[in-house]
Amino acid sequence: MTESTGGIEMEEDMSGTVKKFAFINRKAPYGTIYALESLEVVLISAAFDQDVSLVFADDGVYQLKKGQATKAVGMKNFSPTYRALEGYDIEKLYVEKSSLDERGLTPDDLIVDVEVLDSAEMAALLEEQDVVMSF
Amino acid sequence: MKFGILINEGPYNHQAADTAYQFCKAALDKGHEIDRVFFYHDGVNNATKLTEPPQDDRHIVNRWSKLAEEHGVDLVVCVAAGLRRGIVDDNLAAGFRISGLGQLVESGIRSDRVVTFGD
Repeated sequence: MTESTGGIEMEEDMSGTVKKFAFINRKAPYGTIYALESLEVVLISAAFDQDVSLVFADDGVYQLKKGQATKAVGMKNFSPTYRALEGYDIEKLYVEKSSLDERGLTPDDLIVDVEVLDSAEMAALLEEQDVVMSF
Repeated sequence: MKFGILINEGPYNHQAADTAYQFCKAALDKGHEIDRVFFYHDGVNNATKLTEPPQDDRHIVNRWSKLAEEHGVDLVVCVAAGLRRGIVDDNLAAGFRISGLGQLVESGIRSDRVVTFGD
Protein backbone atom coordinates (compact mmCIF):
# COMPACT_ATOMS: atom_id res chain seq x y z
CA MET A 1 0.00 0.00 0.00
CA THR A 2 2.65 2.53 0.98
CA GLU A 3 4.53 2.26 -2.29
CA SER A 4 1.60 3.98 -4.01
CA THR A 5 1.62 7.02 -1.77
CA GLY A 6 4.41 8.87 -3.51
CA GLY A 7 7.05 7.85 -1.03
CA ILE A 8 5.43 9.54 1.93
CA GLU A 9 4.47 7.43 4.91
CA MET A 10 0.79 7.26 5.62
CA GLU A 11 -0.39 8.14 9.07
CA GLU A 12 -1.13 5.11 11.19
CA ASP A 13 -4.78 5.91 11.84
CA MET A 14 -5.50 5.84 8.10
CA SER A 15 -4.71 2.20 7.55
CA GLY A 16 -7.87 0.30 6.88
CA THR A 17 -9.95 3.43 6.28
CA VAL A 18 -12.27 2.86 3.37
CA LYS A 19 -14.13 5.85 2.01
CA LYS A 20 -16.59 6.18 -0.81
CA PHE A 21 -14.85 8.00 -3.65
CA ALA A 22 -16.77 9.25 -6.69
CA PHE A 23 -15.01 10.57 -9.74
CA ILE A 24 -17.28 12.63 -11.98
CA ASN A 25 -16.26 12.77 -15.61
CA ARG A 26 -17.92 15.62 -17.49
CA LYS A 27 -15.65 16.30 -20.46
CA ALA A 28 -15.27 14.78 -23.91
CA PRO A 29 -12.31 12.39 -24.15
CA TYR A 30 -9.99 14.28 -26.50
CA GLY A 31 -10.62 18.04 -26.69
CA THR A 32 -8.98 18.48 -23.29
CA ILE A 33 -6.80 16.32 -21.09
CA TYR A 34 -9.27 16.04 -18.19
CA ALA A 35 -10.59 12.60 -19.13
CA LEU A 36 -7.16 11.01 -19.51
CA GLU A 37 -5.76 12.49 -16.31
CA SER A 38 -8.95 11.63 -14.40
CA LEU A 39 -8.43 8.02 -15.38
CA GLU A 40 -4.94 8.20 -13.88
CA VAL A 41 -6.39 9.27 -10.51
CA VAL A 42 -8.97 6.50 -10.69
CA LEU A 43 -6.29 3.86 -11.26
CA ILE A 44 -4.23 5.16 -8.32
CA SER A 45 -7.27 5.16 -6.04
CA ALA A 46 -7.67 1.45 -6.73
CA ALA A 47 -4.28 0.86 -5.11
CA PHE A 48 -5.65 2.39 -1.89
CA ASP A 49 -8.50 -0.16 -1.68
CA GLN A 50 -11.17 2.52 -1.58
CA ASP A 51 -14.85 2.17 -2.52
CA VAL A 52 -14.69 3.80 -5.95
CA SER A 53 -17.54 4.88 -8.23
CA LEU A 54 -17.17 6.48 -11.63
CA VAL A 55 -19.81 8.85 -12.91
CA PHE A 56 -20.13 9.96 -16.51
CA ALA A 57 -22.26 12.99 -17.28
CA ASP A 58 -22.56 15.73 -19.89
CA ASP A 59 -19.95 15.23 -22.66
CA GLY A 60 -18.21 12.79 -20.30
CA VAL A 61 -20.46 10.05 -21.66
CA TYR A 62 -18.44 10.22 -24.90
CA GLN A 63 -15.46 8.83 -22.98
CA LEU A 64 -17.21 5.44 -23.05
CA LYS A 65 -18.32 5.58 -26.68
CA LYS A 66 -17.50 2.54 -28.79
CA GLY A 67 -15.39 2.90 -31.91
CA GLN A 68 -13.11 5.76 -30.95
CA ALA A 69 -10.74 6.34 -33.88
CA THR A 70 -8.04 8.78 -32.83
CA LYS A 71 -5.17 8.03 -35.17
CA ALA A 72 -5.89 10.89 -37.56
CA VAL A 73 -5.75 13.48 -34.76
CA GLY A 74 -2.52 12.08 -33.34
CA MET A 75 -4.02 11.10 -30.00
CA LYS A 76 -3.74 7.82 -28.17
CA ASN A 77 -7.05 6.00 -27.89
CA PHE A 78 -7.22 5.31 -24.17
CA SER A 79 -10.78 4.02 -24.14
CA PRO A 80 -9.70 0.34 -23.75
CA THR A 81 -8.54 1.31 -20.25
CA TYR A 82 -12.17 1.61 -19.15
CA ARG A 83 -12.61 -2.04 -19.98
CA ALA A 84 -9.59 -2.90 -17.82
CA LEU A 85 -11.03 -1.18 -14.72
CA GLU A 86 -12.74 -4.40 -13.69
CA GLY A 87 -9.30 -5.89 -13.13
CA TYR A 88 -8.66 -3.14 -10.59
CA ASP A 89 -11.92 -3.96 -8.77
CA ILE A 90 -13.50 -0.79 -10.07
CA GLU A 91 -16.89 -2.01 -11.17
CA LYS A 92 -19.29 0.78 -10.26
CA LEU A 93 -19.78 2.81 -13.42
CA TYR A 94 -22.76 5.14 -13.62
CA VAL A 95 -24.01 7.16 -16.54
CA GLU A 96 -26.47 10.00 -16.28
CA LYS A 97 -29.53 9.25 -18.36
CA SER A 98 -30.34 12.68 -19.80
CA SER A 99 -26.69 13.09 -20.89
CA LEU A 100 -27.05 9.92 -22.96
CA ASP A 101 -30.48 10.90 -24.30
CA GLU A 102 -29.42 14.39 -25.31
CA ARG A 103 -26.58 12.92 -27.37
CA GLY A 104 -28.65 10.20 -29.00
CA LEU A 105 -26.72 7.46 -27.21
CA THR A 106 -27.88 4.27 -25.52
CA PRO A 107 -25.97 1.85 -23.26
CA ASP A 108 -25.42 -0.31 -26.38
CA ASP A 109 -23.15 2.43 -27.75
CA LEU A 110 -20.79 2.13 -24.76
CA ILE A 111 -17.70 -0.08 -24.47
CA VAL A 112 -18.46 -1.16 -20.88
CA ASP A 113 -21.50 -2.19 -18.87
CA VAL A 114 -22.88 0.75 -16.94
CA GLU A 115 -25.78 1.53 -14.69
CA VAL A 116 -27.93 4.33 -16.06
CA LEU A 117 -29.28 6.70 -13.41
CA ASP A 118 -31.75 9.55 -13.74
CA SER A 119 -30.82 12.86 -12.16
CA ALA A 120 -32.61 12.13 -8.86
CA GLU A 121 -30.85 8.76 -8.56
CA MET A 122 -27.55 10.42 -9.43
CA ALA A 123 -28.09 13.01 -6.71
CA ALA A 124 -28.77 10.23 -4.21
CA LEU A 125 -25.60 8.40 -5.27
CA LEU A 126 -23.46 11.51 -4.84
CA GLU A 127 -25.12 12.32 -1.53
CA GLU A 128 -23.81 9.11 -0.02
CA GLN A 129 -20.20 9.67 -1.13
CA ASP A 130 -17.40 10.76 1.21
CA VAL A 131 -15.14 12.24 -1.46
CA VAL A 132 -16.27 13.63 -4.80
CA MET A 133 -13.76 14.77 -7.37
CA SER A 134 -14.96 16.36 -10.55
CA PHE A 135 -13.01 16.40 -13.79
CA MET B 1 -12.64 20.87 9.90
CA LYS B 2 -9.85 19.42 7.83
CA PHE B 3 -9.92 20.27 4.11
CA GLY B 4 -8.18 18.68 1.17
CA ILE B 5 -7.90 21.01 -1.82
CA LEU B 6 -7.65 20.00 -5.47
CA ILE B 7 -6.70 22.64 -8.05
CA ASN B 8 -7.17 21.70 -11.69
CA GLU B 9 -6.50 24.94 -13.55
CA GLY B 10 -3.50 27.12 -14.23
CA PRO B 11 -2.90 30.57 -12.76
CA TYR B 12 -4.05 33.78 -14.52
CA ASN B 13 -5.81 31.74 -17.21
CA HIS B 14 -8.59 30.66 -14.88
CA GLN B 15 -10.22 31.78 -11.67
CA ALA B 16 -9.75 28.41 -9.93
CA ALA B 17 -6.30 29.19 -8.52
CA ASP B 18 -7.49 32.53 -7.10
CA THR B 19 -10.66 31.10 -5.59
CA ALA B 20 -8.78 28.18 -4.08
CA TYR B 21 -6.28 30.55 -2.50
CA GLN B 22 -9.05 32.75 -1.06
CA PHE B 23 -10.79 29.63 0.24
CA CYS B 24 -7.61 28.42 1.96
CA LYS B 25 -7.02 31.83 3.53
CA ALA B 26 -10.59 32.08 4.79
CA ALA B 27 -10.58 28.52 6.15
CA LEU B 28 -7.29 29.08 8.00
CA ASP B 29 -8.53 32.40 9.38
CA LYS B 30 -11.57 30.61 10.77
CA GLY B 31 -9.37 28.06 12.50
CA HIS B 32 -9.84 25.20 10.03
CA GLU B 33 -7.01 23.02 8.82
CA ILE B 34 -5.79 22.62 5.24
CA ASP B 35 -4.52 19.07 5.04
CA ARG B 36 -2.98 19.52 1.62
CA VAL B 37 -3.31 21.47 -1.61
CA PHE B 38 -2.88 19.18 -4.59
CA PHE B 39 -2.09 20.66 -8.00
CA TYR B 40 -3.27 18.65 -10.96
CA HIS B 41 -3.92 19.10 -14.69
CA ASP B 42 -2.83 22.66 -15.67
CA GLY B 43 -2.96 23.45 -11.96
CA VAL B 44 0.69 22.36 -11.80
CA ASN B 45 1.55 25.68 -13.46
CA ASN B 46 0.83 27.36 -10.11
CA ALA B 47 4.16 25.98 -8.95
CA THR B 48 6.73 27.40 -11.35
CA LYS B 49 9.12 30.00 -10.01
CA LEU B 50 9.62 31.30 -13.56
CA THR B 51 6.29 33.10 -13.25
CA GLU B 52 6.68 36.85 -13.53
CA PRO B 53 3.41 38.76 -13.69
CA PRO B 54 3.28 42.54 -14.27
CA GLN B 55 4.07 44.44 -11.09
CA ASP B 56 0.56 45.78 -10.63
CA ASP B 57 -0.92 42.27 -10.70
CA ARG B 58 -1.15 39.69 -7.93
CA HIS B 59 1.68 37.16 -7.81
CA ILE B 60 -0.20 33.88 -7.61
CA VAL B 61 2.86 31.66 -7.21
CA ASN B 62 4.47 33.75 -4.48
CA ARG B 63 1.13 33.90 -2.72
CA TRP B 64 1.12 30.09 -2.43
CA SER B 65 4.73 30.08 -1.24
CA LYS B 66 3.83 32.57 1.47
CA LEU B 67 0.85 30.48 2.54
CA ALA B 68 3.15 27.47 2.92
CA GLU B 69 5.70 29.48 4.84
CA GLU B 70 3.22 31.12 7.22
CA HIS B 71 0.81 28.25 7.80
CA GLY B 72 2.84 25.18 6.90
CA VAL B 73 0.37 24.24 4.17
CA ASP B 74 1.52 21.19 2.21
CA LEU B 75 1.62 22.16 -1.49
CA VAL B 76 1.94 19.07 -3.67
CA VAL B 77 2.41 19.03 -7.44
CA CYS B 78 1.50 15.88 -9.35
CA VAL B 79 4.68 14.43 -10.82
CA ALA B 80 3.08 13.02 -13.99
CA ALA B 81 1.03 16.13 -14.76
CA GLY B 82 4.10 18.25 -13.98
CA LEU B 83 6.41 16.31 -16.28
CA ARG B 84 3.91 16.70 -19.13
CA ARG B 85 4.01 20.47 -18.66
CA GLY B 86 7.67 21.01 -17.80
CA ILE B 87 7.23 21.49 -14.07
CA VAL B 88 10.23 19.85 -12.42
CA ASP B 89 12.32 20.36 -9.28
CA ASP B 90 14.59 22.82 -11.14
CA ASN B 91 11.82 25.38 -11.61
CA LEU B 92 9.73 24.62 -8.54
CA ALA B 93 8.85 27.63 -6.39
CA ALA B 94 9.47 27.68 -2.63
CA GLY B 95 7.06 25.71 -0.47
CA PHE B 96 5.99 23.28 -3.21
CA ARG B 97 7.01 19.67 -3.53
CA ILE B 98 6.52 17.13 -6.31
CA SER B 99 4.94 13.80 -5.56
CA GLY B 100 2.53 11.17 -6.84
CA LEU B 101 -1.24 11.04 -7.31
CA GLY B 102 -1.42 8.84 -4.24
CA GLN B 103 -1.03 12.03 -2.24
CA LEU B 104 -4.39 13.25 -3.57
CA VAL B 105 -6.17 10.03 -2.68
CA GLU B 106 -4.45 10.00 0.71
CA SER B 107 -5.66 13.52 1.41
CA GLY B 108 -9.17 12.43 0.45
CA ILE B 109 -9.03 9.61 2.97
CA ARG B 110 -7.64 11.85 5.68
CA SER B 111 -9.71 15.02 5.21
CA ASP B 112 -13.27 15.76 6.29
CA ARG B 113 -13.95 17.41 2.94
CA VAL B 114 -12.22 17.57 -0.42
CA VAL B 115 -12.96 20.69 -2.43
CA THR B 116 -12.23 20.75 -6.16
CA PHE B 117 -11.40 24.03 -7.87
CA GLY B 118 -11.57 23.76 -11.62
CA ASP B 119 -13.63 24.11 -14.74
